[in-house]
Amino acid sequence: MQTIDLRGVACPFNFLKAKLAVDGMKSSEHVEFLMDELDPVRRVSKGMVEDGHRVLYLREIAGNYRLIVEKQA
Amino acid sequence: MEAKTRTVDLKNLKAGGFIKEMGRDEFTIRLRVPGGRLPVERLKKIAEVAGTYGAGFVHLTVRQAVELVHVRLDDFDAVVEKLGEAGQEVASCGARVRVPTACGGCEYNPSGLMDTQRSAAEIDRTVFGIATGHGKFKVSFSGCPNDCPKSSTNDLGFIGAMQPELVKESCIGCGLCEKSCSEGAIQSGDDGRPSYDPERCINCGDCVKVCPVAAWQPAKTGYTVYAGGKWGRRPMAGAAIADYLPGTAVVEFTSEVLAWYKDNAVGRGRARLGDLLAELGTGPLLKRLEGRFGEYLSKKPSHPLVVGTRREREAKNANY
Repeated sequence: MQTIDLRGVACPFNFLKAKLAVDGMKSSEHVEFLMDELDPVRRVSKGMVEDGHRVLYLREIAGNYRLIVEKQA
Repeated sequence: MEAKTRTVDLKNLKAGGFIKEMGRDEFTIRLRVPGGRLPVERLKKIAEVAGTYGAGFVHLTVRQAVELVHVRLDDFDAVVEKLGEAGQEVASCGARVRVPTACGGCEYNPSGLMDTQRSAAEIDRTVFGIATGHGKFKVSFSGCPNDCPKSSTNDLGFIGAMQPELVKESCIGCGLCEKSCSEGAIQSGDDGRPSYDPERCINCGDCVKVCPVAAWQPAKTGYTVYAGGKWGRRPMAGAAIADYLPGTAVVEFTSEVLAWYKDNAVGRGRARLGDLLAELGTGPLLKRLEGRFGEYLSKKPSHPLVVGTRREREAKNANY
């Protein structure tokens, strides 16, 4: 599984980078995003769902957020 | 869906200025229109691009920007390129220095005292798009105390101001200045000559403009500077921190305030300049500005006025 580090990546680039990464994947592939602020976490997770993908996992551990998304067909 | 390779040139958009739209795979692109001045050639190009790549309409924001709505990600590069043909650039969003707003200023507005368009262009050229690391940073320029751009709702708001001075020998005692002064700062004395009360004066310059024999002269002209304003969910009116700042000092002054904000908001999340000033007072910021701008700093600086949320205001009213 590919990991994309979005820590320190300002809005709106965090979502855009996540979107471009998922666009480059095949259906049912997984990708992990790392983020360190709530605002990007909200934007990226919501944006992924709006683009039709599935959020499989989202947890905060000591200020770091880990999001796993499954690309849908 | 098969994997596809998309190319979007992020360098084109380094200050942000595009916003993902709710519930759709489309974006709003905010355009850079400093001071609300939009040359006709750029306006035509924006219309063309909005017709080709947008929704067929544009949105005029409250801060003088034009926004293209419903733009597809795949069209970003083409939109940026087409706009670039007319010199139109994309604005900023998020925790960055935003495009400055301004009224028409003294260039043609009858009330204008300062060249706000020039100041806005200078600020746009020098500090636009800088990432603050904390919150957004808005700058506005008003030509006179009528303050149409609402200076005290900006992180830094500049208001053109004039201190009048009477040359008694030139005065013909017509009384026009007294009638024109909406603040009652000018009263005709027993000798038929006006007397001036600086405590009531709001520095609009109306007396200087109305005097038919130029007996009222500007003693000082410059910007009154308000710092720490913001509106939105937790409104706060900025504090007056400087008086009669010359137009030539605007860029340096703004850069210094921005530097202080960047240094002092560390560890405070998305705090705006006003959040810092409300907590620390204006003292620490003024201390930083003292060296270079001491002569312009307010003798009696005000504190940001925390307006607060609706619930907070209701709670206050309960005590009356």
